[in-house]
Amino acid sequence: MLKHDLMMRNPLRLMGQEAEEMLTAGEFGALLARAGVGKTALLVQLSLNSLLRGKNVLHISLRDPVHKVSVWYKEVFNRIAHQYAIQQMDQLWDFILPHRFIMTFRVEGFTVPKLEERLTDLIEQEIFIPQMMLIDGLPFDDSVRDSLLELKALAKKYAMHAWFTVRTHRHEIPDHDGRPLQLTQVADLFEVAIQLVPVGKQVHVKALKGKGTASDHPDLVLDPATMLIENP
Amino acid sequence: MKKDIQKVRNIGISAHIDSGKTTLTERILFYTHRIHAMHDVKGKDGVGATMDSMELEKERGITIASAATFCEWRNHEINIIDTPGHVDFTIEVERSLRVLDGAILVLCAVGGVQSQSITVDQQMKRYKVPCIAFINKCDRSGANPLRVVDQLREKLGHQAIAMQLPIGLEADFAGVVDLIAMKAVYFDGDNGERVRVENIPQQLMPAALSKRDELIDAASMFSDELTEAILEGQHAPDELILKAVRQGVLTRQLTPVFMGSAYKNKGVQPLLDAITDLLPCPLDIENYAMDMDNDQRPFVLVNDASMPLVALAFKIEEGSYGQLTYIRVYQGSLKKGDSIVNVRTGKKVNVGRVIRMHADQMEDIDRIAAGYIGALFGIECASGDTFVSSGLSLTLTSMHIPEPVISLAIFPANNKSQINVSKALARFTKEDPTFKAHVNDETGDTIISGMGELHLEVYLERMRREYQAEVSTSIPRVAYRETITQRAEFNHTHKKQTGGAGQFGRVAGYMEPAEDSDFVFENKVVGGAIPTQFISACEKGFKACLAKGPKMEFPVTGIKIVINDGASHAVDSSDMAFQAAARGAFLQGYPKAKPVIQEPIMKVVVETPTEFQGAVMGSLNQRRAMIVGCQDEGLFCAIEAQVPLAEMFGYSTVLRSLTQGQAQFTMEFFTYKQVPQSIAAELIKKAAEEKKHVA
Repeated sequence: MLKHDLMMRNPLRLMGQEAEEMLTAGEFGALLARAGVGKTALLVQLSLNSLLRGKNVLHISLRDPVHKVSVWYKEVFNRIAHQYAIQQMDQLWDFILPHRFIMTFRVEGFTVPKLEERLTDLIEQEIFIPQMMLIDGLPFDDSVRDSLLELKALAKKYAMHAWFTVRTHRHEIPDHDGRPLQLTQVADLFEVAIQLVPVGKQVHVKALKGKGTASDHPDLVLDPATMLIENP
Repeated sequence: MKKDIQKVRNIGISAHIDSGKTTLTERILFYTHRIHAMHDVKGKDGVGATMDSMELEKERGITIASAATFCEWRNHEINIIDTPGHVDFTIEVERSLRVLDGAILVLCAVGGVQSQSITVDQQMKRYKVPCIAFINKCDRSGANPLRVVDQLREKLGHQAIAMQLPIGLEADFAGVVDLIAMKAVYFDGDNGERVRVENIPQQLMPAALSKRDELIDAASMFSDELTEAILEGQHAPDELILKAVRQGVLTRQLTPVFMGSAYKNKGVQPLLDAITDLLPCPLDIENYAMDMDNDQRPFVLVNDASMPLVALAFKIEEGSYGQLTYIRVYQGSLKKGDSIVNVRTGKKVNVGRVIRMHADQMEDIDRIAAGYIGALFGIECASGDTFVSSGLSLTLTSMHIPEPVISLAIFPANNKSQINVSKALARFTKEDPTFKAHVNDETGDTIISGMGELHLEVYLERMRREYQAEVSTSIPRVAYRETITQRAEFNHTHKKQTGGAGQFGRVAGYMEPAEDSDFVFENKVVGGAIPTQFISACEKGFKACLAKGPKMEFPVTGIKIVINDGASHAVDSSDMAFQAAARGAFLQGYPKAKPVIQEPIMKVVVETPTEFQGAVMGSLNQRRAMIVGCQDEGLFCAIEAQVPLAEMFGYSTVLRSLTQGQAQFTMEFFTYKQVPQSIAAELIKKAAEEKKHVA
């Protein structure tokens, strides 16, 4: 009942479709924002949403060590649990943990073949078979297109969809479609793109591209205190 | 004894196995003229290193790794306190960290920040111990101290700042550049005892200038004076920079990094300077005790010799003259002839001889003042006991001692060993409250229990070495527990009428899971259904059932019992009757409360070359591990997992053969979790077989 309750109350549902169904195997989603606005927090919320459904999530971080990523999960989970006054937190946490696998790389040492090697290790020994992949901290520079193409092939091969965080910069002017420059060259590879925009003391969640962009959905808002999507 | 408390340093040297802690400690003692010759520690690996150094100490008749060794440098008194390297010894680590005011974190210039460094660092964080870092082994091939500085920032989250630059590396490592004095420092003489200061080599100047800027930039965060000097374009005086860095160290917001090679006798003297310049004196640290009369609230101790005494016995050693108790005084002072109270036992003891330990000798002193470390002779106490002046009720260590998670039976080989084993056990259990020993009532075996396989192995090894006690052991046993998962009601009447006075008592109520404590008893009986004088008998009855759970005879924990009704008889009710009624009620309710078996889960971190990552993960997976994640560090990777202790026996051998001896792992207790159904069934089957066997 708890899991179901949390899923039903999940504000991500308001992104038009449920985040879970937004992407299918081999499809990519992007979370764009400037540093410190809440990309990782939102990424973890997307992840928790899938974990609650018993889906296996591979969280790859090119920035933080494993324990720091774990702390992110624990924090966001605790905040959600607090927000909904969940009683049996421990049970729920125990339920989701086996469905999560964290992999961290140094950003300079990260290559897709290396990732595939690790992934094969996990899948062949049936240690962990991911259904969703999150990549936090991949630099969206000039060479990112090649990596993304390789990742797309990998995601298709293993029937996963993937979410990426994309760091934008304050001083850069968006392209003529209003998209941050980082996305311009690779926009065709992404089915969904969501931007976090600080407006005054709030952070707005704006759909840039994708299935959930219908204008009849109002912008979602991140509560800057909890980094959770606010309940409307 | 000198009296200037500002010139006292109580420090620890913490390090990953094999990063050169023993060599560094030895060099420190040599340069401070505590020992007069240096030896090498060679041919060590993993656990062996600890043993090697113990042997070595014995051979040389000195105690470089003794609980507290005293030495002097530049008019400062430095107490080097031994910090156990392995996380199995949680209590010991806790205690030694309690005694430290500051620490040196030793890292290997090749291996960098490794899993154990992370554990040690976390412990230091927990106890808020300010530290400086020393990157050792700069002479080794593959040494890259600046990369280790980066790792300190990335992996440990330290605001690490290089205080020195290496002059040459690997085989060409010649000395260091002091970024504050902006001088090159070389170490001449057979043992590097002559420090030669020269100008910085031309080719290193640009790097030195840029690193100095970084250093001053970081230090300026802690000194307005320094910031002003920089803004006004003045030359920043050395003392001002040091003062600012010290401020950063004291608040744990800055970790200055020094480098060298202890083995090649380079860089140790500047590190000693740094201990005196940067690490805190006892006055800089605020110490707390727990007020036993006031719900264990923190009580701030004052570093003042005229106040009532509060002191901690942090280590005991059995010497030829009897028990030597190492003690740190936090408040007040401890004099020969004083009468002090052991808070744990409540007993008064008289202080006999008061001494202080040098590396290889002891010196009688009159008193130990607040902030100082010394030792007492002839005091009967256990390690971790708090001593206070009579009238105070403060304790320095937590009264909570974690329950052991693993046990094994030991069998002495002969009569002589039997006697020695009992001597050894008496001492070890006194030294380390997480190590326990008892005799099994049913089998008559001597059982020892502790916090991990290695924990017990080390004690077994010590029995052999120090007490010449030959023992064989059984297979280790895991400390399983039972608990209930749902609420269940009970209503039991105990009635016996066999002539003479009868027995009568009825107890009704319910039991439910209690998440935060082992056992809670609540009395909700109204209207005297059970007379008040029998309530405690009920509690006693229930409690008696917890030692051996009805399901598997494991201890029952996490249970709340509420009694809300009952009945008594004017003549036949008694304490005995209600205890029996409670036992009956427990046995009635327990099966309905869906009891489960829980097992200890350990947090395991394996550090392995990346080519073995798949194999290591496979080996963990076979052990019912839940792999939390893996961290790629270039050539190495760290795999973090939660693994049932029952599956971890002999893992070090397996890991060694899987990885050609190149991987290592650390393990610490994490939590208790429910045993999966299939394993529980196996356990029940095994227990039944054993019972049959005993019968």
